[in-house]
Amino acid sequence: MTDDRKEIGKIKEAAKAWEAEVLDPALERSPERAREFRTVSGHPIRRLYTPADLADFDYTRDLGFPGLSPFTRGVYPSMYRGRLWTMRMFAGHGTPEETNQRFRYLLAQGQTGLSVAFDLPTLMGYDSDHPMSRGEVGKCGVAVDSLADMEILFDGIPLQDVTTSMTINSPAAVLWAMYLAVCEKQGVPYDRIGGTLQNDILKEFIAQKEYVFPLEPSMRLVVDTILFGARHLPRWHPVSISGYHIREAGSTAIQELAFTVADGMAYVEATMKAGLNVDAFAPRLSFFFNVHNDFFEEIAKFRAARRVWAKLMRERYGARDPRSWLLRTHAQTAGCALTAQQPYNNVVRVSIQALAAILGGVQSLHTNALDETLALPTQDAATIALRTQQIIAHETGVTHTIDPVGGSYFVESLTREVEEEVWNYLHKIDDLGGMVRAVEQGFPQKEIVDASYRYQQTVEAGEEVVVGVNRFVAEAEEPVSLLRIDPEQIAKQQVERIHRLKGGRDNGGVQKALDGLRRAAEGEDPWGQDLLMPRILEAVRAYATLGEIMGVFREAWGEYVEPAIL
Amino acid sequence: MSEERKIRVLVAKPGLDGHDRGAKVIARAFRDAGFEVIYTGLRQTPEMIVSAAIQEDVDAIGLSCLSGAHMYLFPRIVELLRERGADDVVVFGGGTIPDEDIATLKEAGIAEIFTPGTSTSVAIDYVRTHIRQRA
Amino acid sequence: MEIIERIRQRDVRAIARLMSLVENNAPEATAALKELYSITGQAFIVGITGPPGSGKSTLTDQLTKEFRRGGKTVGIIAVDPTSPFTGGAILADRIRMQQHSLDAGVFIRSMATRGHLGGLAKATGDVVNVLDAAGKEVILVETVGVGQDEVEVVKTADTCVVVTVPGLGDDIQAIKAGILEIADIFVVNKADREGADKTVTEIQTMMGLGPGRSDWVPPILKTVATQGQGIAELAEGILAHRAHLDRRGLRQMRQRERSRALFLELLQEQGTRRLLERASANGTLEQTIERIATRETDPYSAVEELLAKAGL
Repeated sequence: MTDDRKEIGKIKEAAKAWEAEVLDPALERSPERAREFRTVSGHPIRRLYTPADLADFDYTRDLGFPGLSPFTRGVYPSMYRGRLWTMRMFAGHGTPEETNQRFRYLLAQGQTGLSVAFDLPTLMGYDSDHPMSRGEVGKCGVAVDSLADMEILFDGIPLQDVTTSMTINSPAAVLWAMYLAVCEKQGVPYDRIGGTLQNDILKEFIAQKEYVFPLEPSMRLVVDTILFGARHLPRWHPVSISGYHIREAGSTAIQELAFTVADGMAYVEATMKAGLNVDAFAPRLSFFFNVHNDFFEEIAKFRAARRVWAKLMRERYGARDPRSWLLRTHAQTAGCALTAQQPYNNVVRVSIQALAAILGGVQSLHTNALDETLALPTQDAATIALRTQQIIAHETGVTHTIDPVGGSYFVESLTREVEEEVWNYLHKIDDLGGMVRAVEQGFPQKEIVDASYRYQQTVEAGEEVVVGVNRFVAEAEEPVSLLRIDPEQIAKQQVERIHRLKGGRDNGGVQKALDGLRRAAEGEDPWGQDLLMPRILEAVRAYATLGEIMGVFREAWGEYVEPAIL
Repeated sequence: MSEERKIRVLVAKPGLDGHDRGAKVIARAFRDAGFEVIYTGLRQTPEMIVSAAIQEDVDAIGLSCLSGAHMYLFPRIVELLRERGADDVVVFGGGTIPDEDIATLKEAGIAEIFTPGTSTSVAIDYVRTHIRQRA
Repeated sequence: MEIIERIRQRDVRAIARLMSLVENNAPEATAALKELYSITGQAFIVGITGPPGSGKSTLTDQLTKEFRRGGKTVGIIAVDPTSPFTGGAILADRIRMQQHSLDAGVFIRSMATRGHLGGLAKATGDVVNVLDAAGKEVILVETVGVGQDEVEVVKTADTCVVVTVPGLGDDIQAIKAGILEIADIFVVNKADREGADKTVTEIQTMMGLGPGRSDWVPPILKTVATQGQGIAELAEGILAHRAHLDRRGLRQMRQRERSRALFLELLQEQGTRRLLERASANGTLEQTIERIATRETDPYSAVEELLAKAGL
């Protein structure tokens, strides 16, 4: 220790000498490009990082080893030397038939993980024939109105052999029940199926705004699925705690991480309050982060994320099972960093973002296609995006050693600074009474709106350069060809199917199942006692539609209106 | 003797998507340009938007849509304004709108489409120069 | 005058246009207001005030629903602050009132303060009159809610509802300062939160300390506006207060007070403006100021001199 201190002292002196004798004269001759340098999130970056920046750094405490707490260097002992990350590309549009074809194609190409994108009516819990669904059916994803659609979606796909990720939030429990009902029909037992529900409702209130019910019943639904999963589906991830959308809404990297972790804490606390031991569900929680342009900030973010989560789970929640301490994460390159101008440049952006995710140690990755600012990707554009990951995996050599950036004075300093700022936010949220209360008061929402406006102003002032948008602008641009979707045709088909379904099913049975669900939903303080999931399953098996089931909840719980935060 | 006339703009999000980053940025930019901005929140039907625009007597309506449903929603709003004799209200839009849709939208009466990456000052200048002249 | 006829016929566009003219202080507005004045005085006007985050917009929304259920037409004026730096404003109270946006029996108008203090926009009173002339039976006026003393609403409203929520801490002090006196009804909103009863007790204590009012003891009502709880009771309370005003002839008295205030305000504003216009036009104004600055005369005599010249 004393040796270290002596060493640091020597370095500091040498740095001073370097500044006076070498740097200052050089700056006199040609000054730096800017007075200060900042990350895309506005975090200040110093000129040079040396061991002096890491004076009280403790290798075993701060870094440790891969697969060991605090997991700074990665969650698995051999990381990508053992298994590469999962290249999981999000897909889905149009009718269940079309998406089923797409899934079969992807599986034939060797992909083992499916990722379902639902259309907006489904995400909001409306059937395709609801007036609010006009113009939206099948547009941003696949339309699923009932079990009948889910059966078509997974027709001919053996569900014990694939893992399925479903990007769905407010109606997550209902879509999950539909998936489970398909498994039942295929004769696959619950404990054999694996997959992930996004099911992260807090970030909907904060960022993506696909909420339906007020906070309290929304949280109840999430806890319900966690409890049901813990009892019956040991291989399923019931919640994917997501920072992705928080970042897309305009947050900084630090806000993204802090609010995501705070959301995770809220789920952990609510589930523990419902009576479940932390180690009975924490290993099944997974995460989903954004990867933006600022290369080192993103790497630091992933490293800090693992450290913060491990400390929280061990120290605050008393988790004993080391698997409960792990922050395993999916990542997606930043949609908001893509530009409509000179769209081929997006391939380069995505490559760099993807590289940051890998150097940050993620477990799974979606790379955006170059045309995604304007529409869902074409097949060609999606293929380039997948190839980008394959090139990083197989040609660059960055997977040969674990955490290749570990020990960099800069990366370690930045990781630590990000972590410190995250703790500051977490303390602030504690002071507000926890994340649910903070969201109710609009705290994270306001922070994000402010950050996004600040960023916009720096872009417009030219302080932040966006190539092709505010610098290096092209005079005339050749448009790229885009995927066209005709919602009217899809809607017609879906509406016809709903009408046929309602004419052909046992409507008495549907009514009975919905009545049972209503009573359970209206029940007082039922958290963790009488679960909603089995009743949702009953309604789904009777071919109640998504809109009917969500309608029961809408009536029982009301709908959320957000506070005006601008 | 009239005081300085305030420009009033309705910033609206038709359709089901909840991506309100753009709408909120433009609302703030309009406020900072001295406009009075009426913000009605998410998931507005064309009927709700037009009703609010008329009661608030706005000079312009700015629509933000990222779900891809603009080809139905935007023209429907212009149509409803016409039906209610309020087609002097300038309607413009933004969001994920491919170039090839712009001509069709303009034919339908949408005055301007701002594509991703447009500076807020462009939209501000547009509103200042294109709204109807009146007291 | 055409616009008057259209307003009598409840033409939404005409009503909305006239409100803009009024806000912009356009000459046509004064002409129209003169004609409309004789048919105003019919509506019942309810002011809703309270600190930020107390849920005024949701309460307004729910009250509207309740009055609509009772068959009454409703006008809503929601005031938000103008930015002192840019002169712009974001008016977002409608977000919480969207369930009424397609109801022809409800007219919602957002107003910016445009620099006016006291919780309302300067033209609020005139806009209330437009809604009144357009036949709205109940008019709800929601004040800015930025936490300053928003007591001006008392000059406009027949019944003042003061809203607070549990756990605001220091904001209860804000109620003490000034707002207490204007409350005809207290609402403790978000009453499902911890501390609601404590807030009720605090208000009771404060009322006990204030000047005693024998004729009407403001009730303290608990609501959870987001869930519609306590709204029927609040509407009843408002109607009870109206009945009380009518019984005692107090409504006419309040209207007379309002007329007085409006008349004096206009007189003050226009009288001053005309005097200043005349003095600036012939150059007297600047000369007088110069003379005051150089101590040639004093400001007191200078004012007397100016008024004397105007024959006052």
